[in-house]
Amino acid sequence: MAPVLEVSGLKTHFFTRAGTVKSVDGVDFHVDRGEVLGLVGESGSGKSVTGFSIMGLIDPPGKIVEGSIRLNGKELVGLDEEGFRKVRGREVAMIFQDPMMTLNPVLRVDTQMIEAVTAHDRVSHKAARERARDALAKVGIPSPEERLNAYPHQFSGGMRQRVAIAIALLHRPPLIICDEPTTALDVTIQSQILAEMQSLCAETGTALVWITHDLGVVAGLADRIAVMYAGRIVETGAVDPVLDAPLHPYTSGLLGSLPAEGEPGAPLRQIRGSTPSLARLPQGCAFAPRCDFAQADCLAQAPAVTAFPGERGVRCHHPLNLAGVAA
Amino acid sequence: MSAPILTLDGVSKRFVKPLDAASKFANLLGAGYTEQVVHAVDGVDLSVTQGEVVGLVGESGCGKSTLGRVVAGIHPPSAGRVSWRGQFTDEMDAQQRRAATLAIQMIFQDPMSSLNPRLRVTDIVGEAPVVHGLVGKAQQDAYVVEMLERVGLDPSYRRRYPHQFSGGQRARIGIARALAVNPQFLVCDESVAALDVSIQAQVLNLFMKLRDELNLTYLFISHDLSVVRHLSDRVVIMYLGRVVEAAPASELFKGPQHPYAQALLANVPSITARKKRFAPLKGEIPSPLHPPPGCHFHPRCPMAGPRCKAERPVLKQIAPGHVAACHLHDGGVGALAA
Repeated sequence: MAPVLEVSGLKTHFFTRAGTVKSVDGVDFHVDRGEVLGLVGESGSGKSVTGFSIMGLIDPPGKIVEGSIRLNGKELVGLDEEGFRKVRGREVAMIFQDPMMTLNPVLRVDTQMIEAVTAHDRVSHKAARERARDALAKVGIPSPEERLNAYPHQFSGGMRQRVAIAIALLHRPPLIICDEPTTALDVTIQSQILAEMQSLCAETGTALVWITHDLGVVAGLADRIAVMYAGRIVETGAVDPVLDAPLHPYTSGLLGSLPAEGEPGAPLRQIRGSTPSLARLPQGCAFAPRCDFAQADCLAQAPAVTAFPGERGVRCHHPLNLAGVAA
Repeated sequence: MSAPILTLDGVSKRFVKPLDAASKFANLLGAGYTEQVVHAVDGVDLSVTQGEVVGLVGESGCGKSTLGRVVAGIHPPSAGRVSWRGQFTDEMDAQQRRAATLAIQMIFQDPMSSLNPRLRVTDIVGEAPVVHGLVGKAQQDAYVVEMLERVGLDPSYRRRYPHQFSGGQRARIGIARALAVNPQFLVCDESVAALDVSIQAQVLNLFMKLRDELNLTYLFISHDLSVVRHLSDRVVIMYLGRVVEAAPASELFKGPQHPYAQALLANVPSITARKKRFAPLKGEIPSPLHPPPGCHFHPRCPMAGPRCKAERPVLKQIAPGHVAACHLHDGGVGALAA
């Protein structure tokens, strides 16, 4: 079966006065139909820019300099604005971290949702409003008919995110990019949104790219994980092997940093140093200066992807836990 | 167990929005506007012993930050009393009050909004100890170097401004500033919430190191249960201004008693829970402007009964050191008490 989304060799660079910032520097991944891919990384790893690149939301000084993004077999790189207008919302939708920034604060929810419906379908105002109402009901907003007349500020944070999800689902796109949609929410509300997304995706067969820094959320939601560091995917694979026997020292360090996993009170295994500036990446492996296992070749040459059976891949000269993948 | 160094006794904090002139005028004509009152903190008792790390957990709007600010002396309580080392803060004279305020320092969530962007690090960290006479002006520089080394920052950066540092380094500057006045008690308000996991681990390790080195006591406020579990000796869970459960950390995470605490713990994402079915708590966190009557949690509680709608549950001891405010542990939720 052909994947919904196939990204290969994607490079999105920002040409700033301080130099070229290589936010995304050679990213390959694919998402199958109905699959949830967790795209994990810390701030500045390029995970959001990857999402924006897929949606065609890269503005100057940023530019996709290389690579291809194929959505249902259709090439998106180089598509003009009119072309993207036809794709966005219908073939791929995006949900952002802060719905207060994505919903128009001076328009009522019904105006915004009807606009989204009629952007792709020639239907009457009344029919569009009904679809909007049904979408709100589906994401669990109580009394949707009345809530259509409300403004975004009249909703709570969790409810606003539900509205954003309802808008994303209006055209039942085969793929939704979710950029930290639950990060700003409280634990119990986050759980509600995750449950909602799970059941909606199971129902409609929508694939998700779930961008987050929270490994716990990814563990609960995703089928596969791609770990990003400094603009590249350093490790990818199914959730269980990646979290149980990480190949890349960065993944391993990230898991060791999680307070939940250690003995309470014991010092956490920390990754020394901090994330490098994307404008001045070290030669060789970008993680080498922080890596406990770095050797001479790591500093000299950037590692290529080593592939293993089961869609497992790692970008490291000296991967850990190799016994697990050789078997 | 040693005597508590900090005690809160029925502390409440209300924020009142007074009526504006138009509504006052409308009231003369019989419009009946009333002042809006937020009960941010509603009758909280808490005691912290020397050297203890108390984790204060709750979701947004539960009053945990306000409580932290009351403890740090930034907000005076609207009702109830705070005592520091056996003395009520409202009975202290000016000198004792200054000593208490210096002894309790606060570390904020967002170092970018709590560090003055126009001051160099040497002034941010060094100003307070000079003003309070802990070090002379001439020794400020050496003192700042010592503080920065203590929190793991390169002292050669001390002439820089806050924007020249990364998030993790800024968090360290905030900690150095608090440590510069030799505090005994630190209130950490979401101090690691804005940091990436790998940096968060560094800062948490720093907190634990400082605790050992300086014999500090912490009130650690966070919404992140895994951080609190890792750091705390005792955990206090708040919901809409009230404490719903408090227990030693190990006991609480093993067996939470209050339905809210149970739901909260069950909903924390963990890397060991793969492809799980999220089974969320229904409903939203109510507005603290109009909290529900009785137990604040009853509209969302799967076990609520008629008594919960009418009567406020009090904290009852369940096991030594383990208290919960729920009618389930206090005669049941069934009928109204006579």
